[in-house]
Amino acid sequence: MTEQTLRQWLLTETPTSRRHARFSALYKGWLSFRGNSMAVIGLVILVALLLVALFAPLISPHDPFVQDLANRLAPLGTDSHVLGTDSLGRDILSRLIHGSRITLYIVALVALIAPVAGLLVGTISGYAGGWIDTILMRITDIFLAFPRLVLALAFVAALGAGIENAVLAISLTAWPPYARIARAETLTIRGSDYISAIRLQGAGPMRIITKHIWPLCVSSLIVRVTLDMAGIILAAAGLGFLGLGAQPPSPEWGAMISDGRRFILDHWWVATMPGLAIFIVSLAFNLLGDGLRDVLDPKDSGL
Amino acid sequence: MTSFSRLLSGAAIGLAVAVTGGFAFAETPANMLVIANRIDDITSLDPAQSFEFAGSDVLRNVYGNLVNFDPLDLEAGYQPDLATEWSVSEDGKSITFTMREGMTFTSGNPVTAEDAAMSLRRVVTLNKTPAFILTQFGFTPENVEETITFDDKTVTITTDKQYATSFILNALTANVGSVIDIKTVMEHEADGDMGNTWLSTNSAGSYAYKLDSWKPNESVTLSSNPDFYKGAPTMERVIVRHVQESASQRLLLERGDIDIARNLNPEDVAGIEGADGVKIIDELKGRLMYASLNQKNEQLSKPQVKQAFKYLIDYQGMQDSFLKGKYTIHQNFLPATYLGAVDDNPFTLDIEKAKSLLEEAGVPEGFAIEAGVRESQERIEIAQSMQNQFAKVGITMNITVGTAAQILSRYRARELDLYLGEWGPDYPDPQTNAGTFAYNPDNSDEAGATGLLAWRNAWDAGGLTEKVDAAVIETDTAKRIQMYHDIQAEFREISPFIIMFQQIEQSAMRDNVTDFSTGQAITAASYWQVTK
Amino acid sequence: MALNAEPGGRAPRAPLAPMAVAVGKTILQIAVTMLGLLFVTFIIGRVMPIDPVLAIVGERASQSTYNETYLAMGLDKPLFVQFFIYIGDVLQGDLGKSVLNSRPVAEDIARVFPATLELATIGVIMGIVLGVPLGVIAAVRRGSWIDQVARVVALIGYSMPIFWLGLMGLLIFYGILGWVGGPGRLDIFYVDIVPQVTGMILVDSALAGNWTVFQNAFSHIVLPASLLGYYSLAYISRMTRSFMLEQLSAEYVTTARVKGMSEWNVIWGHAFRNIRVQLITVIALSYAGLLEGSVLTEIIFSWPGIGSYITTALLSADMNAVLGGTVVVGLVFILLNVFSDLLYRVFDPRAK
Repeated sequence: MTEQTLRQWLLTETPTSRRHARFSALYKGWLSFRGNSMAVIGLVILVALLLVALFAPLISPHDPFVQDLANRLAPLGTDSHVLGTDSLGRDILSRLIHGSRITLYIVALVALIAPVAGLLVGTISGYAGGWIDTILMRITDIFLAFPRLVLALAFVAALGAGIENAVLAISLTAWPPYARIARAETLTIRGSDYISAIRLQGAGPMRIITKHIWPLCVSSLIVRVTLDMAGIILAAAGLGFLGLGAQPPSPEWGAMISDGRRFILDHWWVATMPGLAIFIVSLAFNLLGDGLRDVLDPKDSGL
Repeated sequence: MTSFSRLLSGAAIGLAVAVTGGFAFAETPANMLVIANRIDDITSLDPAQSFEFAGSDVLRNVYGNLVNFDPLDLEAGYQPDLATEWSVSEDGKSITFTMREGMTFTSGNPVTAEDAAMSLRRVVTLNKTPAFILTQFGFTPENVEETITFDDKTVTITTDKQYATSFILNALTANVGSVIDIKTVMEHEADGDMGNTWLSTNSAGSYAYKLDSWKPNESVTLSSNPDFYKGAPTMERVIVRHVQESASQRLLLERGDIDIARNLNPEDVAGIEGADGVKIIDELKGRLMYASLNQKNEQLSKPQVKQAFKYLIDYQGMQDSFLKGKYTIHQNFLPATYLGAVDDNPFTLDIEKAKSLLEEAGVPEGFAIEAGVRESQERIEIAQSMQNQFAKVGITMNITVGTAAQILSRYRARELDLYLGEWGPDYPDPQTNAGTFAYNPDNSDEAGATGLLAWRNAWDAGGLTEKVDAAVIETDTAKRIQMYHDIQAEFREISPFIIMFQQIEQSAMRDNVTDFSTGQAITAASYWQVTK
Repeated sequence: MALNAEPGGRAPRAPLAPMAVAVGKTILQIAVTMLGLLFVTFIIGRVMPIDPVLAIVGERASQSTYNETYLAMGLDKPLFVQFFIYIGDVLQGDLGKSVLNSRPVAEDIARVFPATLELATIGVIMGIVLGVPLGVIAAVRRGSWIDQVARVVALIGYSMPIFWLGLMGLLIFYGILGWVGGPGRLDIFYVDIVPQVTGMILVDSALAGNWTVFQNAFSHIVLPASLLGYYSLAYISRMTRSFMLEQLSAEYVTTARVKGMSEWNVIWGHAFRNIRVQLITVIALSYAGLLEGSVLTEIIFSWPGIGSYITTALLSADMNAVLGGTVVVGLVFILLNVFSDLLYRVFDPRAK
């Protein structure tokens, strides 16, 4: 009964307060999102991944670092090693489970750093205009023109291999598109009557950018970030694959593929299982992003 | 819309037909030898500069030396090549070589004593990386005109002191001993480089093959010299193609697209063994896999700690698993088959023993070290296995993986606690390894003797330096052998080097290929004797 | 990985300025961007912890050899002097010599770039031929099963680790089925048979009329190109769908339908005509992405292209080669961008 009224309250055509309106909009968005079964699948997978990462030590059947040279390259379905063992006899399933933490860690950090950096550059550039705009946009162009993996590789090579440096490197290649989006949004907002009014009230540029322009840029950035997640995972795996990501014996998925590719002909599962893991997770992000866009930004439902 | 689908399916069928149009089992042409190998290490094909494995394979087939090895009888040691005979002066410091008559370079120029002498002088003057193989005999850019001389038919080299003759002749079999067509090379001199730039990508030799092309990271193509003095090679064309992945090499071999695959990993060797039309040839190589402990680290310099590490390696476990067939346990700095080599391998994995040694040393709770490892799967796996065993006695080993140049920079700067890597002999004489593992006349940072492994690990060689010096000038072979036995016995116990394995090269080839040799532990691969 | 800049993110355009000014401005912009690109690469090269001298002389070199090489490379000069010397050389069209193997960088790039160009071109053609119709159909039949299939196909394309897919493809289609050629651009005994004109083997063999080599080259390129093609298909089809949806919901489409115009004519004659320019931009971006050199694909398929060239050079501290490669790739990227900008200005009514 209460649920019914809550639902009605949320679906009302005539919100009674600002907060009411916001909840109502969120709920309607959720309903439309829920109708997109593929997006829901994506969300479910990601929630599952989060749980797996959270409870990794509890659910993984073995210690991911324990070696057993006598039982290396065990095939799928071996006793107590469902997904087999790798070249040093470590349990692949346990390594995948623990590796999910690394993947989430990388994704979370990049998803924080790159859009924030892009937002900063883009809004300043768009709001300030003039020579500041020219300089910042030239810099953005330079980074856009860089071969991406090469830039990331160079960065990692310069700072040394490791997860943190991989995160920085990927962020370094990922921020320019965000800067462009933020700048474009800023340009459209800047000229609006609303901003002029605030300016007349005596608000300084810092205040206008942080309090009024940033909030308006955020929704388009969020959609973009979700869609980029898969790219981030693949880039991280690519760096791991080239030996420039997480260092051994860390069970990073890309590095696991790289380990296993030597046995691809006779022991295909060693490379295939982490490959599937990467695929499933990035697919989940893509499904979710696709769905989110339909909800948040219905006019542009391509990828 | 239906028309779109029709279009789509039409295109798909067309594509499928085009793709499947008959790519069944292929076979390489009968007069051509096709080899898959990793050749990305080649930086130059000038014998005065080249110092990499893949480069040596090319040079051995392109240039003759004064003395050389016969690929079909490597055990016989060095044999006459461009020199037919030689004699040693009474004071033992000069060797005079008599040149073979009637030989020509592929350019048509005759091979003369002048070419031979000028080739050696050129190496010393250019002073590129491998020049030390010659300059260790006292040759310098200033004195080459007096120490390396020639007349019509003979070449004479004079060393600064008396060395074992076998030492000098063995050194001359290295690439730096190549006799080049000095006239042709000097025609291409630019900016006083003695033709170095030109010779890096061209050949000017007199041997079995000449270089058609070298495309970095792609391929090396050789064509035969029909006038080769040992007879025209059966394989008229040799193509060495760079194929990075073992799996790719195996697929190419299985499908008959190549004759020989040189970099199969143990799993692919196991997978291909017994397959139709394929055989595997094992050859013991000279490369050693070792780990070393930096003596600048206070903990690692304790004698018991050094001992303990030698008991913390799962030699047997690694040899029987991921290194299977590719490495054999070997715990001495002279590779098996070398003069003076021994096969005493006293160390085995013994955690308890290591624990008590660490207790003796006063570090029962262990400590943390950083290990530098080059970016190669095999080494990363060895490092992880070591890491695993070390953890059992409380030693935490953090692995830093980097490119060869990165790790090497730090190793040479004495910055790594532990280095895991390979060492290959430069020429087939015991001095090549003794002079680097057990030799360090000045251990100070200022000495900067970055070429010496002992120096890189800040190890003063514990009195072995003098013994190595004595061994290299001992002319009585039996005595010399005994001296190396003694040096190695002491080295095993006191050195900070944990020598683990010696490499076995497994070449997989189509079974019609005969007489292929990678040169075993003493030289590089040769192609002229190959038939199929 | 490089398909990010979308038209939506672009700055609003100024009205078409007089030709000369516009051209001058564009050239200046390109020059500045290129200079920045070089500068960043140069700095990266200098802060790398890899000792370039060591990378050349190797593990065994004596200290005197090391010192001589150090001087020969001009590393004793101040950094900015080294940079200006390099820029001067580049302006004269000299990309320098590989410090590692002392071959002219320009020559090496002339060899590896056509390999990437060939691969990327076939890839993007596959992407266009399959992606555009797929996108149009998906838009026309929005919500139908074919739209769903198109969506899943595209999303899978976005989600697949390409190095893994490449390995699997090689294993199945070459190793097991033997339908396609193996790693590399040609079977070894076909190498160097046709004279090199463009460096693209398909073109060269066609020019020489050597169809055996052509067929062999095709069998080698088809698998890696399909992988890249799939990737650009995913992008192109989604963008096409999105553009078409916008057009199909426009008023003039409804009007045309009401007037009884055939569906074919509405879709291809009007809606599709209007998305041409946007589509070309997308394709140009997609093409630029592939031309950057798909490092991982090139590694898996032993494809001697620009991506693996730069990567190898980078990891061995061969900075002249890295700089040279970056110049070429950056230039291609910028030119494709300018090209699509130009199309926008010329064809897009809103930009006028």
